[in-house]
Amino acid sequence: MLKIENLHCQLEDDADTKILKGVDLEVEAGKVHAIMGPNGSGKSTLSYVLSGRDGYEVTDGSATLLGEDILDMEPDERAAAGLFLAFQYPVEIPGVGNMIFLRTALNAQRKARGEEEMGAPEFLKLVRAKAAELDISPDMMKRPVNVGFSGGEKKRNEILQMSLLQPKLCILDETDSGLDVDAMKLVSKGVNALRDEGRGFLVITHYQRLLDHIKPDVVHIMAAGKIVQTGGPELALEVEKNGYADILGAAA
Amino acid sequence: MDAPTNPWRDAFEAFKASDAAQMGATARDAAFARFDAHGMPSKRDEYWKYTPVRDVTPDTPVPANNAADAFADVDAYRFVFVDGHLDAARSDRDALAKVADVADEKGAPWMDGVFNALQAQPIIGAQKQVERPFADLNLALFSDGLAVRIPAGTALDKPIHLRYEGNRPAHLRLEMLVEKGASATLLESGAGALTTGAEVVVEDGATLNHLRAQTEVADKQFTALYAKIGAEAQFKTFTLAADGALIRNETQITMAGENGNGHIAAGVMGRGKALIDNTVYISHEAAHCESRQVVKNVMDDESKAVFQGKIYVKKDAQKTDGYQISQSVLLSEGAEFNAKPELEIYADDVMCSHGSTTGALDETALFYLRSRGVPLKEAEAMLVAAFVDEAILEIADEGLQDIVRKAVDAWMAERAAG
Ligand SMILES: Nc1ncnc2c1ncn2[C@@H]1O[C@H](COP(=O)(O)OP(=O)(O)O)[C@@H](O)[C@H]1O
Ligand SMILES: [Mg+2]
Repeated sequence: MLKIENLHCQLEDDADTKILKGVDLEVEAGKVHAIMGPNGSGKSTLSYVLSGRDGYEVTDGSATLLGEDILDMEPDERAAAGLFLAFQYPVEIPGVGNMIFLRTALNAQRKARGEEEMGAPEFLKLVRAKAAELDISPDMMKRPVNVGFSGGEKKRNEILQMSLLQPKLCILDETDSGLDVDAMKLVSKGVNALRDEGRGFLVITHYQRLLDHIKPDVVHIMAAGKIVQTGGPELALEVEKNGYADILGAAA
Repeated sequence: MDAPTNPWRDAFEAFKASDAAQMGATARDAAFARFDAHGMPSKRDEYWKYTPVRDVTPDTPVPANNAADAFADVDAYRFVFVDGHLDAARSDRDALAKVADVADEKGAPWMDGVFNALQAQPIIGAQKQVERPFADLNLALFSDGLAVRIPAGTALDKPIHLRYEGNRPAHLRLEMLVEKGASATLLESGAGALTTGAEVVVEDGATLNHLRAQTEVADKQFTALYAKIGAEAQFKTFTLAADGALIRNETQITMAGENGNGHIAAGVMGRGKALIDNTVYISHEAAHCESRQVVKNVMDDESKAVFQGKIYVKKDAQKTDGYQISQSVLLSEGAEFNAKPELEIYADDVMCSHGSTTGALDETALFYLRSRGVPLKEAEAMLVAAFVDEAILEIADEGLQDIVRKAVDAWMAERAAG
């Protein structure tokens, strides 16, 4: 589903800062892949490069989603093609109502795919049901996007967007950071509800604890811009117990 | 040797022979003399550094672009001026005369208190007096306009709409007295005026809301608004300006009675080589008044926005609450914003603040919207709408807010399509 080959990138305005140094990764439909790794290893950068954020220059390698090259697409085209990134730091947008934002996004994607736009009543019903599942209050829906939301509310709002947009490939960047246990359960439930045969997940996390709730099929360890080890769920437990030092030492 | 020709002097001499010139002849002479003493300002004159008007002549054409009249669908007392004269057939003079006092060609007794208020109150800073050349020209040359008194306690049932049409470079004037406890809404639109001049007195406890759509001006327009706000009175003015090659709006407000409220807001949308200048002067002369200035500029291509805003607080105007914010979003690298915020305060117990920012749209927010599937131009339009909304919220009436929002959206949609 998502196929990344030999992906290299550097900062656009600083060619000396090379961040991704040959990432190889394939996420199959129906599978959950986790990426773990120390801070600064390039996990967020990988998510940004895949979703098309400005500021990074891909110097080598490729990334395809369902066989389509995504690296030449605009960010909105990637979204319409089925890519979704749950941000490590969801962005506050003063003055843009959450509800309007969600509806604009949903209908923009539908339009891009040549589908019919969703009418207001249908949308309202849908969003209310999804929001209730994630314990997102109607008041939060009325407020500007993420403005005044707590850390946990922001993350829940990301999952709400994900479940509304029904992407094919979901990238979750440190969705567990800043969550207490209850919020983590809620978020995990939302993610697990989306798991199905047609959908792939790339779950970036620093800690094993999220993976207790969202059980991965494959675990990768990233360090210094590369995947240095790949294994089953037990790899996450090993990291939990021994830290990264052993793995990185072995890989070096 | 012939003296160098002065087109404005020639225009004034020619105008003096007309019927229209007979009303207020003395004031017109005085106003023209004030203008003529200095002539058109140059870039060296204070408050004219960014806005070149030296070459503006009386025969400057006033073409309209193809934008629709923003207020076409508003139920209002309409006053349509074509080529500088009231088109009575398309106007609601008689209807307004039933609920308010509308002056005739010779004026009305109450007008004396309003009329000439402007010339009696040039901007007097601590250091020096600032000329207001377009206000003077307007007073000297206005060919028509509206003089209206809203009687004490009357809440006018619908807005008064001044509509400027035609191709002649007209000068049109408003004299308005909103008596104690009365309330009214005033709308202005259209390109058919080279200058407009307005003097309004908002008496104690009265309310006046003013909304100007400068969305059809293809070339030039110069406006001067002077408002005197009484005790417990409220005045709100909002201008939406878009695309004019050269627009200068001068607003001067005097807070003359305690607990008065004066708000000035503007949304500015510029593209091409537009230059749009909002120059504001608020003079606090009584204690416990609040004033707000909220200006939001959205500038594309090589357009320029200018904002000059001054809060002047006299010695006795204690407990003044003055706020000013001017912000620009630059949608292209060639766009420009020049801000000149000023505070001049002689009272010791006041709360005054000002701020100004300029920059591109928030990259992170743009990416966030795009990552959810919103195309770039649409994402920009969403952020621009949110940006301008802070100014739009200064408009008292929600229906009128929506009209302005639609105009902003239409402008961004046109940009996206172009
Ligand atoms: N826009 C940027 N400007 C400067 N440095 C960056 C930028 N983006 C990423 N980096 C650098 O690249 C490295 C990887 O960062 P990041 O992808 O955020 O790591 P992780 O998410 O694994 O913690 C870090 O050293 C970080 O400082
Ligand atoms: Mg990160």
